[in-house]
Amino acid sequence: MDNMRAPVEMEMSKLPNLTVGDVYVDTPRMTTRNVNVFYGDKMAIDDVTLDIAEKQVISFIGPSGCGKSTFLRCLNRMNDTIDSCRVEGQIKLDDQNIYDPHIDVVPLRASVGMVFQKPNPFPKSIFDNVAYGPRIHGLASSKDELDGIVEASLRRAGLWEEVADRLDQSGTGLSGGQQQRLCIARAIAVSPEVILMDEPCSALDPIATARIEELIFELREEFTIVIVTHSMQQAARVSNRTAYFHLGRLVEVGETSTIFTNPQHELTNSYITGRFG
Amino acid sequence: MSSPVIALIVLLISLGYFFVGTRLTSGLAPNGSRYHSRPHYSGLYAALLAFLPSSLLLVTLSVGDDLVFQRLALEFVPEAVSSAEGFKEIIVLAQIENVVNGINFGEQADYIYQAAEAWKGWLATATTLKTVSVIGLCLITGFFGFLKLGPDFRSRNAVERIILAILASSSAIAILTTIGIVFSVVFESLRFFALVPVTEFLFGLTWNPQFEGAERAGSGQMGLATYGSVPLFMGTFLISVVALSVAVPVGLFSAIYLSEYASSRARSIIKPLLEILAGVPTVVYGFFAALTVAPFIRSTGMSLGLDVASESALAAGLVMGIMIIPFVSSLSDDVINAVPQSLRDAAYGLGSTKSEAIRKVVLPAALPGVVASVLLAVSRAVGETMIVVMAAGLAANLSLNPLDAVTTVTSQIVTILVGDQEFESAKTLSAFALALTLIVITLGLNFGALQIVKKYREQYE
Amino acid sequence: MSEPRKGIIPPQVAISRVNASLAARRAGERRFRTYGRIAIGIALAFLVLLFVSIFTKGIPGFFQYYVTLEVVVDREKIDPAGDLSVQSLYDGDARGIIRNALYKATGAEGRSGRKAAGKLISKGAEQRLREAIIKDPSLLGKTVAMKFALDDDADSFLRGYISSAVPEKDRRINDKQIEFINKLQKLQLISYDFSDYLIFGSASRDPEIAGIKGAFVGSMLTLAVCLVLAFPMGVATAVYLEEFAPKNRITEIIEVNINNLAAVPSVVFGILGLAVFIGIFGMPRSIPLIGGVVLALMTLPTIIISSRAAIRAVPPSIRDAALGVGASRLQTVTHHVLPLAMPGMLTGTIIGMAQALGETAPLLMIGMVAFIVDIPGGVTDPGTVLPVQIFMWADFAERMFIHKTSAAIIVLLGFLILMNAIAIFIRNRLERRW
Repeated sequence: MDNMRAPVEMEMSKLPNLTVGDVYVDTPRMTTRNVNVFYGDKMAIDDVTLDIAEKQVISFIGPSGCGKSTFLRCLNRMNDTIDSCRVEGQIKLDDQNIYDPHIDVVPLRASVGMVFQKPNPFPKSIFDNVAYGPRIHGLASSKDELDGIVEASLRRAGLWEEVADRLDQSGTGLSGGQQQRLCIARAIAVSPEVILMDEPCSALDPIATARIEELIFELREEFTIVIVTHSMQQAARVSNRTAYFHLGRLVEVGETSTIFTNPQHELTNSYITGRFG
Repeated sequence: MSSPVIALIVLLISLGYFFVGTRLTSGLAPNGSRYHSRPHYSGLYAALLAFLPSSLLLVTLSVGDDLVFQRLALEFVPEAVSSAEGFKEIIVLAQIENVVNGINFGEQADYIYQAAEAWKGWLATATTLKTVSVIGLCLITGFFGFLKLGPDFRSRNAVERIILAILASSSAIAILTTIGIVFSVVFESLRFFALVPVTEFLFGLTWNPQFEGAERAGSGQMGLATYGSVPLFMGTFLISVVALSVAVPVGLFSAIYLSEYASSRARSIIKPLLEILAGVPTVVYGFFAALTVAPFIRSTGMSLGLDVASESALAAGLVMGIMIIPFVSSLSDDVINAVPQSLRDAAYGLGSTKSEAIRKVVLPAALPGVVASVLLAVSRAVGETMIVVMAAGLAANLSLNPLDAVTTVTSQIVTILVGDQEFESAKTLSAFALALTLIVITLGLNFGALQIVKKYREQYE
Repeated sequence: MSEPRKGIIPPQVAISRVNASLAARRAGERRFRTYGRIAIGIALAFLVLLFVSIFTKGIPGFFQYYVTLEVVVDREKIDPAGDLSVQSLYDGDARGIIRNALYKATGAEGRSGRKAAGKLISKGAEQRLREAIIKDPSLLGKTVAMKFALDDDADSFLRGYISSAVPEKDRRINDKQIEFINKLQKLQLISYDFSDYLIFGSASRDPEIAGIKGAFVGSMLTLAVCLVLAFPMGVATAVYLEEFAPKNRITEIIEVNINNLAAVPSVVFGILGLAVFIGIFGMPRSIPLIGGVVLALMTLPTIIISSRAAIRAVPPSIRDAALGVGASRLQTVTHHVLPLAMPGMLTGTIIGMAQALGETAPLLMIGMVAFIVDIPGGVTDPGTVLPVQIFMWADFAERMFIHKTSAAIIVLLGFLILMNAIAIFIRNRLERRW
């Protein structure tokens, strides 16, 4: 009879008070300590402590509604755009608490870039899309320098070959996969140290997905990448570490291979064996 | 029998048919089969057939008889009186009606009494005619419908067809109105262009319709009327420009602030307040412009040493601009809100400040809609009448100086057509020509706005 | 040789450049925000200015100065025929009776004195006396205290618009009249009361007896005609277009036409009325019937568009459910869709009516500018409407007219606010959100 109740709720009592696994790392780029996030009165993230390791890919996995996207958006303070959202706790980038009232959000977001679930290129030319960030931040001191940034970003995103001869065409005219790579190029152009990706491939076909996953694999030599994904296979393919979220709590975190072959917590095990999704 | 009584009788007859028809078709038919439709549909069919034609006839006759009598009564007025200076039909008709109703205010001219007597006679005839024809028609058509009722008669379908016909014909009224407008305006305009060449109208630089057929004082020379409409369009243009230079910045920035910066509480208070500006009747704006704004501008200008007319284009344009603010702000607000949040997220994610995101991403994306709303505002400004009639001048001045008095197309239309006119003179017909150009311009602007929105809508659909 | 750096800027350099740009960008952000605030401030300031201007001029328009006189109602003088008929009173000397009372109160003597005194009182006073006698014949033969309106020049003086410092020949009130007014004031016979003339009086060239009753009745009649014509036609057209019209060329043409009509300036509808109804059909001008028809044609597109939106808002599942139990399409519409869409339709109609109430230009075109003194009794009696009345009064220069015009505007705005409030109430209370 126990099996008849919704498995997710049944497991609520099994949530650990303390995260299982390797929460801390030696060379973190960002650290989070005791982070709570509320939407109005509803608690979306409950006491999450986690280190984001430098020049690595960490993926956040977990069932729908477990708060992984919400937590991701805390890392570049995108939750500020939502009125009812309240964040408690400490999140540090290079030993600076990013939620400190004196911190200007603008440089933070230049350092911590974001790629969204549905590709959202601006209705501008491909060049202007990539050049947008450098222009507003005044990164380029000459036209040549700007051209250089745009070309390098597009190369890095693996898009240059396909669009070099049509940089003035509209970004929205590209295919889904190309648009997402354009968005990645756009994010790269402002020289971030961390790139956040919120289910970047969920709107793409398998071939485009494969290309983006390849790209992520290459990008981690230069950038720290945090990726939210609902595909465990994707997490297994691209990430060094994996963090499993459940109902707002960070249940377990560790090496990807460990998580998927030998998870320590029973909830993690239930998730990856498909007991709930 | 008076019209209300006749109407009541028609109603009663129709109701009668309804009841009889319903009762007749309840239960089973004489031959034992069931009726096709529910009984009240049969009753309704007979009732509708009785009611509709006769009530239409009644309304036409009732509205028409008074008017016909008035026409006929005026025939009694001797030629000498009706062509005299200051003759007013309405006053004479009122006098006749008073006599008919038995109210006597002193001695009236003979023809008044004669007209009144004849009127009483017509009234009697008309009433009898009305009573007989309407009630007769009602009985006949109702009976005709009644006869058709039977078990195989699909009365519900018949009733629904009648109702559908009524619905469709009311839609046709919309077409009729457009046809009416086009027809009346074009027809009279063509008659105007037969008298005044199109080139003079469109390109002429002096507008002087007053002296049509009248002698210039003392000179013995027939005054030349000129119908060059360029000063009028210039005036419309000038006042519209002033109005838009107020309305567009204020309206656009208000819309931006309300949709991007204001809290939802502030927005819920401020937005309705701005809408109030759109709800104030234009005659009130005209009064405000003429009595408060124009003198203020005049005295300020004078104290600065400028030469300001008492009915400056600036005053009229300023007040018109105030009136148009909600048009721009409301439409722009809708358009800005329609820009998908994902674009804003992308901009913020890259580190834009709010104003950068608005200026470089949101507004360019919303631009077609904003342009369309400006075009609609222009259209409103061009067609506005009362503010310019009350606050701008009547002098057809060819000037681009907002401190001068100018007149507009709409203002001239009103001036020419208010009061007595003969439909034959070029002066009256010129108003129709002006109206034609007005329609063309406003429809053109609206069409343009629609096209812009349609063309750029594909961008994010 | 260092060539210009190509490629992505190293993060450290980038951050320093970003930080360097911050000050200017934050300043720009503040400026931009301020522009928005200023814009809203300007718009709201205009609104306040408009209303303050109207109200400060208008509130005094609801009041005017009256004088109370002891009137000796001499039976023979006022009703020579002795039968209390309108004719007899008309022939009688009501004016003389009032004048006598006035001379007594002011102590006016001699020709010039009495002439000055006589001008102080409104020409409408004698009509008021006649009406009082008709209403209450028992007054005949008695001496009663009655209130009469002061002439507008005396009224202006009392309000302070005419200064006694100005030389006498340049004033509208001479010294003798000022003397009389002061005397009446000392005797406490002058009062500043609510102006019953404004509300119950008809159009007049004399500002002290001018009122809006005729225009108001005309407005109500015109609106009634407009509503009776526009609402059924608008709803019928909307229902037809949304539910029954086949998707063919004709329907498209109808829809395009309706949208075009909504964009046409109101003046043009007046021209239509002028050319077609008055020119071709030969109907008389200045009657509420024609005015109502013109306004109905003007309001029709608004009602159609908002009604269509209301019908469209009803979810298809409702229609499907009705059809599923065997209702015909017409039954579905009348029994299910229409009642649910009705609040939205009513809201749109009331707002359309409110717009029609304020319209002036089209009614000017069809001639509702005539100087109508009688209150229209029906839709075929000549009349005028409130906005046109305001327009006509706005031309008159007397101070009192400025006050009364503003007061009339307040009445008009009051009705508009009422109608919009009803529309909003209907929308909030009765409209269902799907």
